[in-house]
Order: sequence, then structure tokens, then C-alpha cells
Amino acid sequence: MIRTGCPSHNCGGRCLLRVYLKDGVITRIDGDDRPDTIEAPQLRPCPRGRAYRRRQYHPDRLRYPLKRTGRRGEGKFERISWDEALDLVASELSRVKEKYGNSALFVPYGTGSYNQINGRQTATRLLHLFGGCLGFYNSYSWACITPATLTVYGTTTTGNQRQDWLNSRYILMWSWNPAEMRDGTNSDYFVKLARERGAKVVCLDPRLTPSAIALADEWIPIRPGTDAAMMSALAYVMITENLYDADFIRTHSVGFDETQMPPGFEAEETYKDYILGRRDGVPKTPGWAENICGVPAETIARIAREYATTKPAMLYLGYGLQRRAYGEQVVRAACVLAALTGNIGVHGGWASGLGNQAPDGGPFWLVFPVGENPVKASIPSFLWTEAVIRGCEMGPEDGVVGVPKLDNNIKLLYVVASNCLINQHANVNRTAQILSDENLVEFIVVHEQFMTPTARFADVVLPACTQFETWGLEDGWKYGDEVILMPKILEPLPETKSDYAICAEVAKRLGFGEKYTEGRDEKQWVEWMLDVYRQTRFPDLPSLDELLEKNLGVWARPVTDPAVAFEDFRRDPEKYPLPTPSGKIEIFSARLHGLGKPAEIPAVPKYIQEWESPFGEEARKYPLQAIGHHYLARVHSTHHNNDWLREAFPQRVFINPVDAEERGIKTGQMVKVFNERGALILPCRVTLKIRPGVVAIPQGAWWEPDERGLDRGGNINVLTSERWSPYAFGNTQHTIMVQVEKYEEK
Amino acid sequence: MKRNKQEAREAGNEKKSQSGQVQYAFFFDSSACSACKSCVLACRDKNNWPAGVRWRRVYELSGGQWLRVGNNWVPDLIAYNLSLGCNHCEEPVCLKGCPSGAISKRPDGIVLIDRKKCLGCRYCEWSCPYGAPQYDVAGGRMTKCDMCYDLVDKGERPACVDACPMRALDFGPLDKLIEKYGQVRAIFPLPDEAMTRPSLIIKLHRTAAKAGAGDVTVSNREEV
Repeated sequence: MIRTGCPSHNCGGRCLLRVYLKDGVITRIDGDDRPDTIEAPQLRPCPRGRAYRRRQYHPDRLRYPLKRTGRRGEGKFERISWDEALDLVASELSRVKEKYGNSALFVPYGTGSYNQINGRQTATRLLHLFGGCLGFYNSYSWACITPATLTVYGTTTTGNQRQDWLNSRYILMWSWNPAEMRDGTNSDYFVKLARERGAKVVCLDPRLTPSAIALADEWIPIRPGTDAAMMSALAYVMITENLYDADFIRTHSVGFDETQMPPGFEAEETYKDYILGRRDGVPKTPGWAENICGVPAETIARIAREYATTKPAMLYLGYGLQRRAYGEQVVRAACVLAALTGNIGVHGGWASGLGNQAPDGGPFWLVFPVGENPVKASIPSFLWTEAVIRGCEMGPEDGVVGVPKLDNNIKLLYVVASNCLINQHANVNRTAQILSDENLVEFIVVHEQFMTPTARFADVVLPACTQFETWGLEDGWKYGDEVILMPKILEPLPETKSDYAICAEVAKRLGFGEKYTEGRDEKQWVEWMLDVYRQTRFPDLPSLDELLEKNLGVWARPVTDPAVAFEDFRRDPEKYPLPTPSGKIEIFSARLHGLGKPAEIPAVPKYIQEWESPFGEEARKYPLQAIGHHYLARVHSTHHNNDWLREAFPQRVFINPVDAEERGIKTGQMVKVFNERGALILPCRVTLKIRPGVVAIPQGAWWEPDERGLDRGGNINVLTSERWSPYAFGNTQHTIMVQVEKYEEK
Repeated sequence: MKRNKQEAREAGNEKKSQSGQVQYAFFFDSSACSACKSCVLACRDKNNWPAGVRWRRVYELSGGQWLRVGNNWVPDLIAYNLSLGCNHCEEPVCLKGCPSGAISKRPDGIVLIDRKKCLGCRYCEWSCPYGAPQYDVAGGRMTKCDMCYDLVDKGERPACVDACPMRALDFGPLDKLIEKYGQVRAIFPLPDEAMTRPSLIIKLHRTAAKAGAGDVTVSNREEV
């Protein structure tokens, strides 16, 4: 039996496995068996870790390098040798570099492997040493919440350590669903513990989520995309009933009212002006919000009073609500509510925003050194298809940073452990068309373990080994003070290699093999990275030899005195200012005001009607909102082909009986979900556990177009839009309208 | 009850538990179950059953209605989950009805099916009100949750119990669990405990009390 980290795919957790081996074959996978304490709780794996044998021993594992023979995307390949494959990749890298320059090379976003030695960072290091590549910033997960949190607080470290949640008396889980998306191993468990200690928990979500069932005392089925309206109405009640913490607001924030506007902006609209409707003539009353959110006004008023008067209280934001048209607004609005209620810098409180953990921002995520990128240009991760089509036209208006304008279109994609090329990017049919054109992207190389929809579009596919078959290292996912070792416990399939080893081979062919490896193999890099942890976060971290000898798997630093974000700032805002321009909480942001786009990027947080909405013209044709929630069958698109998980969590569309009856649809029937961008055919589940007017299709299922282009795999991204949010340039994949109808095979 | 235990002993049981004459039982906290199915997968990984053989199952119960209030829809719903293996009943009806004497009860209360004696007639599947016996089509035999007696004999707990990320499952002697968690031994749609005296203690979900009266159904039938 060997203790090891659960292979990491950006699931939202980092757990410990006990892997039982017999004759080099895994016979059983069990979970953490260390003592289970609140200070250092067990890292119990979810079904995806439990079902990992089915992935490890899947008959569809890629076993040798492949070269495309048909049209791109057609899925026709031939077997080639590693030498041929690596030579081809190296020569294409050199050719494209010579013809266009380094800025035509791109390693796209993707999180299929996250254990340092496997994953896209290995290719990033490769291309950085090769003279650089077009960079990207931001992610598909936290596109709006990261920059929006920064506009308010100047930092994303806004969260208390989770042991402190036990001090809370009232928790608003706003679009937050830790039972399904994890958000740190044990986050759901900590809410349970808080509740056992007397906290009331209210969940706002269009779905009656597993978290709402298991953790909440009340569920409020809010209409998707209207959260900022309800938050504005909460503020209205707090202001008009004088329930807000006026002292805290006066001393710790700017822009709440006319008495505290930043110099030079005295005449601008304050937050209070907006909430009371002094300029736009629309007071943001609960009655006003009711018509938008679909939540009764009296419920809104009651929640405002509960949140403002039960102390301390947490408003915890999930991330689904910010992968939307104006995802920035809801994040800023939630931070303002945390300030209004004075829940910042106190035990049991919560500043909202991204909530990385105090005092140091928590886990590192990436320790493997990718080095400096000689190419200074960087794009928002979501805009890579734009950079393929019209990179040379892109400048700051498209989120380009580092240079005034891009000097290239993307011509070569080096893809590692990512299904974002097709499956996870918005508007699959559009992306497929773009990638099919060999005049646009001239070469695509993909490291993969399976023939994913993305791998189908590769020119060369290089078979990567699994995380059990090489060395790796993890730390917590957002939370937790742990380092988790992933020793190599299995021999790789004969012709598969770690992402690191593949990149090292390419580097060798390009003439800088030694520079790439610095003479280290995978295990030696793990040793090197353990040193990094020892020198930075965890001085007491044992050596690799000790970790192995004692079969520890994980090293944890117990949290006995949980840190609270902004504690110093709360005590003395003059001595400990925030890293914002004003040094205070920026309810009004002069920087956002300076962008000069008040309708889309207001200086104070506002509700803005989305571009696809039940209130727009588009609703006549496509009356239902569709959201793509996380699902325990998969980590994004990873595990789609795992039969155990499939059986436990079948793919389908969830629809309320009100909407199903209108369409004559019954549970189990095949339905067609469609809009102007595409259509998919999948079974439906009629369920009470979603609000009328909304359907949910778990995101991540693999795209499987039939001969008519209808998706049979259940991939919601055939319906989603490539349009991005105005300030963060983030993905807005949850902002879509669709129609559903009964489907009969012709 | 006494008679059953005697029968079980006479049925020639395996190893005696070190703890002697106890009735082992499960505890399930419905108020904290998110239906994540970690227990289901932990069971499956340990026991290696093919698709369709489900020693532990998670039932999603839901009912109630959406009310039209003004322009809005307001939920009046019941929704909770139930994780269920075999309850290793104090009065196991499966054992009583087995024509081949393949089912026995150990001194520690664990009810087992002897694959060698089982005829595959599926009577136990009919008689068990909990859906615990699961037919193995390939083997032509009945199977069911054995409370991981191999682990229990080593002083460990069943795989499902330690798998729960929400710590909503527990295991131990029935009397100890009653002491710790109370007397509730049924939740809708489980039958009255008097029927088989299940070795199962339950903490009810806040909406479960209303469940018996209304239109609550298992909403994930294809998964259980």
C-alpha cells in the first residue's frame, strides 16, 4: 500500500489516496487514514479519486505517437515512432518561429494535469527557453472574480482560514456549491461544522444543489444572471433601515456616499446614489429586484436584515455567477455588502471576493519553474481564438497587455493536458471551424492520455503517461496547508512518457536539452520543489527520503489559530492600508471610472441586464436560460470516459416540471436543446430541483457531432458564446438562452 | 430475535468477531448527505462488482411543488438523500426466506450470503424491503453488502464509512450508536422498523419529516 496524492485535474480538491498494489497492478484505492481533526482534517477523496482505476486501466489509453492523415479534426491518424514524432514537433516549432517569430507560438490554458511534472507548465518552460511564446493571463475558472476582487481590495487574499468558519453565525452560500465543485477538499465539511455550531446557512442558486440539500437551512432559487440586482436590494434595505456599519464604512472605504469620494470625483455617482436611485430615478428596492431576480421582495428584505444583524456573518461567492456577461459586477457588489455589514477583518466574518486564504494567499499551485517569457505580449486566456483569427489587430481593447499591439496571429498551438481547444471553449462549432482551417493555425501538437475532442484536432498526438506513472507534487486547492507527494507507483505504458520527459526530448532536439532539465529527472525535480516549500511556506517539511520511507503521502501543518484576512487593516487602516490606490476598500473605483465605459464597467457595482436574457428579444425564440454546472462524473472534461462515474452520474439535461409539461417532455426521454450556435441531443431528467425557466447541462461531456452536426455527447459548449466580459475579458459561458423540445430519431 | 441469532450460529458461521456478542450497525446522517456517492464508489472499488450490482446505493428523494406567487415561482419542496447498504437486520427476512440456507447471521450481527450455497433464486431480493440483495448476473448468484467484515475483523470500519467527505456515515455496535445518535431507524420511504429491526440509525434531514404525507419519490431511479 502506498499513500499518494489523488491525480490532480483541477477538480477543486487535493486528496490523499491509499493505493493497493499487487504485482505492479492497482487492486484497490482507498482514502486518507490519518487521524481526522479539525486542525488537519483527513483529505477524503470523492468518487473521481475512488474510480481512478477505471481511468488508469482504460482500454482507450493512447499507446503510441500519432500523426494526422485525414483532414484536421476528422480523427484519422497513423502510428509513428517517437523519433519521427519528436523530430516533427521540433522542426515545426523551428519553422514557425523562423517564419513568424516566437509570438506566433502559444500554449493554451488547460488544467488536465496539475502535478508539476505533468501539465501545460512543462511546455511553457520549453517555449520560454526557446525564445518565448505569446503569453496568457486569467483563467476559465476565475476570470472575473480575480480582477474584480483586486479592484475592491487590491489583493485576492480576502479569505479567513477555514477553521475560522466555525465562528460564523450566518452563512450566505451565494451560487456556491462545494459539494459538487469541492472548492478545496473539506470546504463542505467545514460548513457542516459551522452549522452544527449554530450558524444558519442560506443558499442562493438556480438549482437546489447537493450543497443546498446537505448544508443549507433555506434555499432561494434566484434567476441566473440577476445576483447583482438582489445584492443591490440588500444594500437598499441596509441603507434605508440603517442596518449597515456606518462607522466601518466611513473609516475603511471610499465611494459609499458623497462625503467620501476620492479627490477629483466628488461630482460622480456614489454607491448610495445608485442604490437610492438618485441619478437614474430607479431606487433599488426589494420590489424592483423581485421582478428581476424572481425572488419575493419580502424574502429579499428578510435576508438583508438577517445578514446585516447576525454577527459575524459570511457571504461566500461561488464562481458560476461570475462566468457571466457582467460577472465583474456581482463580485464587486458582494464585496461591498461584506463592507456594509462590517464583516471584514473579524473572526467568523468574510470579506467575499475571491477569498484566497490568509495570511499568505494559500497554496502555490505551480512550483515547477517555467522561467521568464522573452515575449512580453499576453492575452486573456479566453481570447485565444481571437488571436488565431485576428491577432495582429488586437490591442488593449481586447485585453492585450505587455505590448501596444500583437505582432502575430497564433500559428502553432502546443497543447498539454488541455481540452480547451474544442470541448471546454465556448461555441464548439465555431472553434472547430477555426481549427479546421490549416491556413490559420499551421501546426497543433497535443500531449494526451486519450483521444479527446481536442486531440482529434491535433496534427501530432503524443501519448502522455498518467500521474500514477511518474513523479509529482501537489499542495492544497485554494485552501489547506499541505504538501502531497505523488511517488511514481506504476511503470508507464511502454510508449508513454511524462509531459516533462516529452518536453525534455523536444528541448534536446532544439539544442537546449540540458538547459531545460538542468540535469534533473522527474524525481529530482520533486526533491527540488520540496526544497522550495521548505524555504518558503513549510520549514518543517520532511525530506523526500523521509516522506518515502515512512510512506506519509502528505505532510500537513495543523491550523490551530486560523488567520483572518484584513485583521490589521481593520484595526488600523492608516497604518495598514490596502494595496488599492486609495488604501481603502474601493466601493467607487477611480480606475474603473477612468476606463470611460460606464454602461458596461461602472465605477460602483451595478446590476446590468445581460446580453442574452429572459428579458430580451432573444427570449421569444429561446425562452430558457441554460447553465453548465460542475458534475461529480467529471473534472471538467476529464473522466468523461470512466464507466463507473458514468453509471453513478449519467449525463442529461435537468428541467423543471413546469417547463417539461409545457413541452410534453418526460424524464428519460431524449430532447433537443438548441440555439443559433448549435444543438445537442441528450436524455432529460425532469426535476423539482431547478427553478422554472432554467435548464442545467453538466459541463464537460465530450463533443460527439453526428453527421448532421448535432452533438450526441451532451456538450453544453455547442450552445455557449465566445463573447467575453467587458472588464476581465473573461468567459461568459453561463449567459445563454436556449430552447428545448422533445426529440425523436428520424 | 434470540432465535435468529441462534439460527445464525447454527448456520455454521465464519470467524467470530473479537468483540463478541454485538450487533454491528450503520449510522446515516441524512441532514448532511449531498449524494456525492463517495460511499458507493468506495464500495465498488473494494468489491469489484460489475455495473448494476450496487451493494451501496444513494437514493435521491424529492417531492412537493412550485407555487405561483405573483409573477414568481416559489418552491415548497422536500429534498434529501439516503445512502443505504445492507442493514444487517436484527430480524433478517432474507435469512428466513432463503430456501437453500445460504444466508447466515454472524454473532456480531453481520448477515452474509454464502455464494457456494446460493441457488440464485432471488427470493431474498423479493423479501428484503431495503433492496440490499443484488443479483450478480454473470455469476448467477445473489450478493450483498457484507459490512466489510474482513475489515471489521481487523478492527477497521467498513469502506463506505470512512469514505464519506461529509462524515455522514458511522459504524459501531447498535447500542452505542443509539446512545450517540438516538433511536430513529427509518426515514421515508423505508418501512417501519418493526418489520425487520434494521441495524441502522438515522439522523433526519430537516425536510424528511414531511415526506411521508406527500408525493415524495425517488428521483434517481436509474441510478439505484
